[in-house]
Amino acid sequence: MTTLVQAVDLAKVFDVSAPWLNRVIEGKSRQFVHAVDGVSFSIEKGQTLALVGESGCGKSTVARLLVGLHEPTRGHVRFDGHDTQMVWNSAEGRALRRRIQMIFQDPYASLNPRWSVRDIVAEPLTEHNLVSGESRLRERVAELLHRVGLAPADMEKFPHQFSGGQRQRISIARALATEPEFLICDEPTSALDVSVQAQVLNIMKDLQRERGLTYLFISHNLAVVRHVSDAVGVMYLGRLVELADTETLFSTPRHPYTRMLLDAIPDIAMSGRARTPVQGEVPNPLNPPSGCSFHPRCPLANDRCRAERPALGNVGGVQIACHAVSEGRQ
Amino acid sequence: MTAPLLEVRHLRVEFPTRRGSLLALDDVSFEIAPGEILGVVGESGAGKSLTGASIIGLLEPPGRIASGEILLDGRRIDNLPHEAMRSIRGRQIGAIFQDPLTSLNPLYPVGRQLIETIQTHLNMSVEAARARAVALLKETGIPAAEARIDQYPHQFSGGMRQRVVIALALAAEPKLIVADEPTTALDVSIQAQIISLLKRLTKQHGAAVMLVTHDMGVIAEASDRVAVMYAGRIVEIGPVQEVIHHPAHPYTAGLMGSIPSMGKARERLLQIDGTMPRLNAIPGGCAFNPRCPHATERCRRERPDLMQAGQTRAACWLIESSPRSGA
Repeated sequence: MTTLVQAVDLAKVFDVSAPWLNRVIEGKSRQFVHAVDGVSFSIEKGQTLALVGESGCGKSTVARLLVGLHEPTRGHVRFDGHDTQMVWNSAEGRALRRRIQMIFQDPYASLNPRWSVRDIVAEPLTEHNLVSGESRLRERVAELLHRVGLAPADMEKFPHQFSGGQRQRISIARALATEPEFLICDEPTSALDVSVQAQVLNIMKDLQRERGLTYLFISHNLAVVRHVSDAVGVMYLGRLVELADTETLFSTPRHPYTRMLLDAIPDIAMSGRARTPVQGEVPNPLNPPSGCSFHPRCPLANDRCRAERPALGNVGGVQIACHAVSEGRQ
Repeated sequence: MTAPLLEVRHLRVEFPTRRGSLLALDDVSFEIAPGEILGVVGESGAGKSLTGASIIGLLEPPGRIASGEILLDGRRIDNLPHEAMRSIRGRQIGAIFQDPLTSLNPLYPVGRQLIETIQTHLNMSVEAARARAVALLKETGIPAAEARIDQYPHQFSGGMRQRVVIALALAAEPKLIVADEPTTALDVSIQAQIISLLKRLTKQHGAAVMLVTHDMGVIAEASDRVAVMYAGRIVEIGPVQEVIHHPAHPYTAGLMGSIPSMGKARERLLQIDGTMPRLNAIPGGCAFNPRCPHATERCRRERPDLMQAGQTRAACWLIESSPRSGA
């Protein structure tokens, strides 16, 4: 198998300082949020990597770094062997954009309400000069709509005439228009009802099987992640704490945070069973705890965890950043 | 069995529009026993929040109760004048809403809002009310409650805010709490904390809960019985384990199958094709018939009412044609 996407020590720092004048007058200092802080992973061709974590852990920032909506502060992304940051700025940037597409969370906000479905789906086709001529264009749009379970006649309609699930299908059709190899899906089903979520997830799986698509799937819903992904990366405050294949992660979670997350999921299969509620909340990213940023909530934390930040390392075939696991005290 | 705390009988809610009135709730009947947690699930637009709003008397105009009755402790509350309903709301029925930020006033410290609620409903001095407010915040697990009581809502995190809202709902010791999607806006790890808190506190205070959510996992975790709603009607109601493991209605079965499970990995999720009908286009007969894999001629013609199916009750003609064991 070949690696299609590789993130190497990816980091993004946002400057959230008060305006210059306030800093001068009120003596406020500059403040930075390390939204993503040294994340590395790779995705094999035709596979799905899922990133999970609580709000504010940096998973969406990773997605935006991968599509080039943000420029990384440190590190780089390699796509099919090329450094994407170099390519975006060169003449081949357009060609690369065709190969990487994104599906956003909110199908109400990501479609232009004043454009017809035809215009929305056709835009990437005309933008990249993939299809010429009005009749050929309509044909291709019809084909794309059909692929996601919508009728070709729907292309004359506007987004408000569709339900949430149907809108998300329009987003998928638009993303598929350029025949991308890599799709980044940022919480594609969290705005949808469960029965509609099932429809969208089934379509995504069918497409992957037919076209060998590679997905980066971002979600906070672990049950959905278990269903769609081949490997899972668990993020906490901008860093990966565990990276493992889906089966291993769900059968034997190693990192205390992963275990806590899995314990927290209400699942219909284990109803009636008492769960250990998670302790504490995500700390303020402006002022992250010293050492391992998870230590204030961790049942296994000791002095070393409070002082020294663990690096992601291989423990028993799984990538884990935890002193307790690597020392075997659990 | 003790007398029910809340009884909803044949509730119909309409929204009059220029093109005729839309029937948002149609013949909804259920009961909640004292101390019981009833879960209400369904997809967006099924009418679950409207049911909750009708009970607490906060139905937004032009929506109105067209017929039916709501009884609290045997007394009708759906036709009470505005002022009388105000004294019941908060005192006898507490409410918890989805977004903790919008249910708290951003301009006042949380303590002032708690004290105001306590003093409105219970005859207490400011000092006593403040002491009670601190005790409530402590009970909901807010650390350093004495100090945080004077902070404003924006100084709390989402999970902490929802704890304040729960404290507000419990402030006057109501007998019933209507919780409308109380965990939807929260992260999973916080969600679990809030659910167990809600369960523990309502048990300690002996309050019954109507828990409205679209998350079946939350229902399975927290409730004793569950009502499944579809297009403004209850299609199935029964003990939570029965409904989850032996659903009698095809919609419930589809809903359960479409939820990705942590337990077992499946190649494809069960999928209910189509979407829920709009209020102005509810099909004749059983409203679910266009999406139902088992629909017959009768389903398109006649509307089924809730009937006994084992331990649950479901509104489906299939039950009559193939009675299940124990029915």
